[in-house]
Amino acid sequence: MNPRRLRAALYQAGLAAAVALVAWYFISNTATNLESRRIASGFAFLGREAGFEIGETTFIAYSAADSYLRALAVGLLNTFRVAAIGVVAATLLGALIGLARLSPNWLLGKLAAGYVEVIRNVPLLVQLFFWYAVIAENLPGPRDALQPLPGVFLSNRGIVLPAVASWLPFALEMPRLEGFNFVGGSALTPEFAALVAGLVIYTAAFIAEIVRAGVLAVSRGQVDAAYAVGLTRRAALRYVILPQALRLVVPPMTSQYLNLTKNSSLAVAIGYPDLVSIANTTMNQTGQAIEGIAIIMAVYLTISLSISAFMNAYNRRVALKGTRR
Amino acid sequence: MKTIAGVVAGLAFAGAVQAQSTLDAVKAKGFVQCGVNTGLAGFSQPDSKGVWKGIDVDLCRAVAAAVFGDASKVRYTPLTAQQRFTALQSGEVDLLARNTTWTITRDTSLGLNFVGVNFYDGQGFMVPRKLNVKSAKQLNGATICVQPGTTTELNLADYFRANRMTFKPVVIEKLEEVTNAYFSGRCDVFTTDVSGLVSVRGSRAPKPDEHVILPEVISKEPLGPAVRHGDDRWFDVVKWSLYAMLEAEEMGLTSKTIDQALASKDPAVQRFVGASGDIGKMLALDNRWAFNIVKQVGNYGESFEANLTPLGFERGINALWTKGGLMYAPPIR
Repeated sequence: MNPRRLRAALYQAGLAAAVALVAWYFISNTATNLESRRIASGFAFLGREAGFEIGETTFIAYSAADSYLRALAVGLLNTFRVAAIGVVAATLLGALIGLARLSPNWLLGKLAAGYVEVIRNVPLLVQLFFWYAVIAENLPGPRDALQPLPGVFLSNRGIVLPAVASWLPFALEMPRLEGFNFVGGSALTPEFAALVAGLVIYTAAFIAEIVRAGVLAVSRGQVDAAYAVGLTRRAALRYVILPQALRLVVPPMTSQYLNLTKNSSLAVAIGYPDLVSIANTTMNQTGQAIEGIAIIMAVYLTISLSISAFMNAYNRRVALKGTRR
Repeated sequence: MKTIAGVVAGLAFAGAVQAQSTLDAVKAKGFVQCGVNTGLAGFSQPDSKGVWKGIDVDLCRAVAAAVFGDASKVRYTPLTAQQRFTALQSGEVDLLARNTTWTITRDTSLGLNFVGVNFYDGQGFMVPRKLNVKSAKQLNGATICVQPGTTTELNLADYFRANRMTFKPVVIEKLEEVTNAYFSGRCDVFTTDVSGLVSVRGSRAPKPDEHVILPEVISKEPLGPAVRHGDDRWFDVVKWSLYAMLEAEEMGLTSKTIDQALASKDPAVQRFVGASGDIGKMLALDNRWAFNIVKQVGNYGESFEANLTPLGFERGINALWTKGGLMYAPPIR
């Protein structure tokens, strides 16, 4: 090994040792402090009975007699539900607005530009409060619920729809008002609706700009050539411009998807029981903030890295061969 | 959330051994850092001039009066239900006076000690009058607004499980937002300690008459101040500051009459105001500590009348033991 490489290796080893030392200091110091203040630590609490109720669940059932672990799983699935619906809806809305902004129709273009500028420049938290207030304060109570279609009720408890009771023979379970609320059917809560609306509308503004940038980045020669061979504007968009533009926008879209997923943690402000909301409650009931924060960080890191890995793989598949990005 | 992350970092950075006791640290920095509610009328809430008012605030001021002879040497940290314990554990506040229920879990596993009770409370339900509900037993299927991270949330689940009823919780952290959700009709019911219900109805309801508090009280909620575990001197100072306010009421000493008490012939009063004996020294405080508390903050009854009576609170079980209540101070001698 020549001296220069040896020196480089020594520096690297020194840096690694320094990082490890700092990490060890923080961990042992925290452990000592927790011990000296008699604060409980460890993950044993996950198996204990949670004792609190959760307003809505996705896929799995939950009651107050279940464990903290199950409560956190309910929160995680609720986060997934918002993120999955949000990503799909924001992509569609964003693409439409991005294309509208490029439209030769003056009014449509300006409306799309206005949408982007207004939505992008108002903090997301404010928008969430806005949508929540619109839904919770303007709709009537369940006893005076609006009924746009038979079996569909719109009230400040959310939208209640008939649920499919069985497929064969096909039967619907109709919601009906009983006591305080509707029973039967399936419901979409105002918290969920406000959160999805806020996230989709906010993220769509950014996606619109990415789509617009992608379309504008397609080389002018390609567009001219498409018109020269006699393609209409619509055909040129469909066969020449979009296939190239959509490849370009994959990497920046990845970060918007990550943002949307992470922003869903603002749910805690409007009462949607997402992972952060449940973890916060868990931390407060057990007093084990470090473990709770560690769980939140690990989960978001896993989700973000998964989305990122998936999008990178997708990008490699669709990227034009022979080009370097 | 940010605060929780901050105080977790605080635990990581804090010196391994606390070289100083909290009392010395408080004396050195010149003020008491007091964790209070973000805004609960009667307990802790800033008035129109930005001055904090309430019985929890008065306890912070009493501790400052005992330590510094000046009740104004307090800085307030408004804390949500979720932030409060971590803020105390990490040393961000010296004292937590934030209508907090004393339970065994909190006293043992959270690394803190409750010093006593400054308000005996219990959990109740508030519903709009027009729903025509007369009892909590009729609440099956109701949507209920509740704050997270509280004993309230647990009692609520317990009560409905015990009575075989179901409910839908709407869990929102900030008091302002959760009460907005209730008053806008998002929930049928708002639940918290009865004191909180009275306070919210009196201070936030658009029309207070349209809301009724149901007769059932489903839990014991002794609200009291807490300090960090393992610092007995500071624990003593806060505990006896609270008891001094109770003892003063029992002795009939008020902020207006305490000056004459200096010349009193009654030996118990003489000891209390520091005209004789050395009780102050035992606490490592000025001998006039209790005199200063009563002179500047008032006795417990005065604090109650100034902060809670205007909102419609009765003394009830919070009266002195001599008047049929539960408030009782051990002898100051």
